[in-house]
Amino acid sequence: MKKNLFSIVLILFFAIMTACSNSDANNEDTNKAADPESNEVERTDLILATTTSTQDSGLLDELIPIFEEENPFNVKTVAVGTGQALEMGVKGEADTLLTHAPASEQELVDNGDVENYQQVMYNDFVVAGPKADPAEVKGLSTNEAFSKIFESQSVFVSRGDDSGTHKKELQLWEGADLTPSENENYLETGQGMGNSLQVAAEKEGYILTDRATYLAQKDTLGEFEILVEGDESLLNIYHVMEVNAEKNDMINTEGAKAFVEFMVAEDTKKIISEFGVEEYGEPLFFLFD
Amino acid sequence: MDLLIEGLKKAIELILAGDPIIAEITFRTLKVSMTAILVSMIVGIPAGMVLGLIQFPGRRIILTFINIGMGLPPVVAGLWITMLLWRSGPLGDYSLLYTETAIVLAQILVSLPIITALTATAFQQISEKMILQVKGLGATRLQLVWILMKESRLAILAAIIAGFGRVIAEVGAAMMVGGNISGETRILTTSIVMEVSKGNFDIALALSFILMTLAFLITFCLTYLQQRRRTQ
Repeated sequence: MKKNLFSIVLILFFAIMTACSNSDANNEDTNKAADPESNEVERTDLILATTTSTQDSGLLDELIPIFEEENPFNVKTVAVGTGQALEMGVKGEADTLLTHAPASEQELVDNGDVENYQQVMYNDFVVAGPKADPAEVKGLSTNEAFSKIFESQSVFVSRGDDSGTHKKELQLWEGADLTPSENENYLETGQGMGNSLQVAAEKEGYILTDRATYLAQKDTLGEFEILVEGDESLLNIYHVMEVNAEKNDMINTEGAKAFVEFMVAEDTKKIISEFGVEEYGEPLFFLFD
Repeated sequence: MDLLIEGLKKAIELILAGDPIIAEITFRTLKVSMTAILVSMIVGIPAGMVLGLIQFPGRRIILTFINIGMGLPPVVAGLWITMLLWRSGPLGDYSLLYTETAIVLAQILVSLPIITALTATAFQQISEKMILQVKGLGATRLQLVWILMKESRLAILAAIIAGFGRVIAEVGAAMMVGGNISGETRILTTSIVMEVSKGNFDIALALSFILMTLAFLITFCLTYLQQRRRTQ
């Protein structure tokens, strides 16, 4: 009886959805790339699990349309924390990954969860904080800065969401031999970079952020600035990879391969290296060369 | 304060400019919410009628579960639907995760209990005597159902309004099962979350005004429908 009811529900909305999507193909021309019916080529879905920073900075909005134009795939970009993105790779829920946590990624490579692991680009993390700088960390090395923030029990806002940035932050605390949770003013937001920056600005606390998101949000943060930068330990490296096709029969291997190739192609590199120059006066991502 | 004024200005600008992307997101929001509420009505109203009118074993337990379902947090619904739709999940073969259909499913899951439970309550309130009387006058079953529905139309519309409010406001599940994919599953609520995280408060504010206008218009129409019949 219950099962019947469930199938009725399913059938009903399938019927409705089909009716809806058919009518959409005609009147939704703003949405060409996403709508398989309005294109001549047969498009297959390609799920890209990536980090919030690539979406929030606007880089993917620029790259994905170019990729879709050249290839017969419809990219579904799911922007989540690196932790979740990698987990989606492990479970075979995504076809390709673009993430920035090399140590955790290496585990996936070693376990055979992903293949064709390629370096794409880098930018850097910075420690940002209130202009007043209560812990006096401006210009110090990352290690010293983290120690000072800890000693002065200053407010420090952590992502706390297992993202690439969070992983990096934990590495830095470990490198300075400190347990951040012993600082009473250590806050974990569990949210994305943008939201966490807002919290840090509001609480006048320090935060580890990627430069791209910081630059994109600078105007809304008020009396907030970059205090520590340029350390080698602050490098933020992005890799692209294919999810192992054996994980699941539904993995779009061809699409994943094409996407990895696209991300490391010369033309793409040029776009990446110029991205952000116009708006922020400096590039947001850099290439290895 | 400046930000608020700037945001308001931007909001008005964006709405007046008729940005195609915003129009598309708004259209999608409407489509998804309407589909969800329609399915919830088609299933929920008859189910509520049965639960409200007919005594059968296990009825109370079902009612209890449906009442609990009214408080089902959307993120929980989202999580369950995600696990069902995963490629490795039971419905994985249909590739429904990160589609509008997935959002519709999650929204049905949160609105169906509301519509069913409120309809059931409405039908439970109809007095036995009235049913007897209608039957006594020689009404067929279908006629009886029709008369009872007319009798509880106020409550049924209230149920639809409550369900609709839940669906249009929902963000957690839509984010999880839809993925907020540009051009495919981005709806007003998920765009607001994204624009806030990007620091674009002005755009977020503009979207919030559009969402509220939409909610207002639809609720207004439903309320009008509800009250107009009353005065007749």
